[in-house]
Amino acid sequence: MVVFEKPKALCDVPLHYCPGCTHGIVHRLVAEAIDEFGIEGKTIGIAPVGCSVMAYDYFNCDMIEAAHGRAPAVATGVKRADPSKIVFTYQGDGDLASIGMAETVHAAARNENITIIFINNAIYGMTGGQMAPTSLPGQVTQTSPYGRDVKLCGFPVKVCEMLSELDGAEYIERVAVNNIKNINAAKKAIKKAFQNQIEGKGFSLVEVISSCPTNWGLTPQNALKWIDEKMIPYYPLGVYKDRSAKGERIV
Amino acid sequence: MPKLTFKTDFCKGCGLCVDVCPKKVLALSAEKINKKGHHPVEAVNPDDCIGCAFCATMCPDCIIKVER
Repeated sequence: MVVFEKPKALCDVPLHYCPGCTHGIVHRLVAEAIDEFGIEGKTIGIAPVGCSVMAYDYFNCDMIEAAHGRAPAVATGVKRADPSKIVFTYQGDGDLASIGMAETVHAAARNENITIIFINNAIYGMTGGQMAPTSLPGQVTQTSPYGRDVKLCGFPVKVCEMLSELDGAEYIERVAVNNIKNINAAKKAIKKAFQNQIEGKGFSLVEVISSCPTNWGLTPQNALKWIDEKMIPYYPLGVYKDRSAKGERIV
Repeated sequence: MPKLTFKTDFCKGCGLCVDVCPKKVLALSAEKINKKGHHPVEAVNPDDCIGCAFCATMCPDCIIKVER
């Protein structure tokens, strides 16, 4: 009996991510959700700009590459053109929380029936470790060598807290993938985000606290510990909004 | 008897699976080098494996297949 194997919605190619990068785990969780709902043939993914820019090579469903940060806008177009398709975007923090903030907020405000997987690793990975909107206060990055100075650079953006204030958003949850328990919780959250779209409930966003061992300058093991020690205290995990759980429905 | 299969050439030697195994079944190979130039993971105590699939759940590159 097979207990675990690579999901079919993930292509059988090597991922280009650095050793120990948790992008691969999140890719797999999304692919498992697609497999378990049996929606591979009608799913359209939107790839971002950033480390996961080549996500279109890894998922077995149809994929579209969006301009930097514009994945929610492209997803809106695809979903409105053909509502029978399941549309998800896969975006990092340099994509969703900086240049794509407007598209994200307005897609949530409009309650677009799409699923967004948001990877928060507190740094710009692909471009070499610059400070991101989600970098922690005091965090050392390439562009904040003395630590992020909040007087100069402001405070990190807490995407889940912010979007959960919008009436439009249906489901907002923050999860992490730094240990088995959190990975299992992340899988449930990602499945629920797809389930919401299948049921036509509306905008679902799952923020995944992820690691970047290369640009944090840590080993893969210490990067996972850093998530526990630094990231999760600043970005608490949990469900920030679940409108259907409260029995609220819009017309 | 649980059986582990590794897609060795996809392994990047990050060692996350080694740490998460409750029975210390896995280790990074000291001698072997795969196509990518990493020391890949291997089962050093395969008889101790309980088939919990923690290693496969943690593996970012999805190289481990677990059968029971």
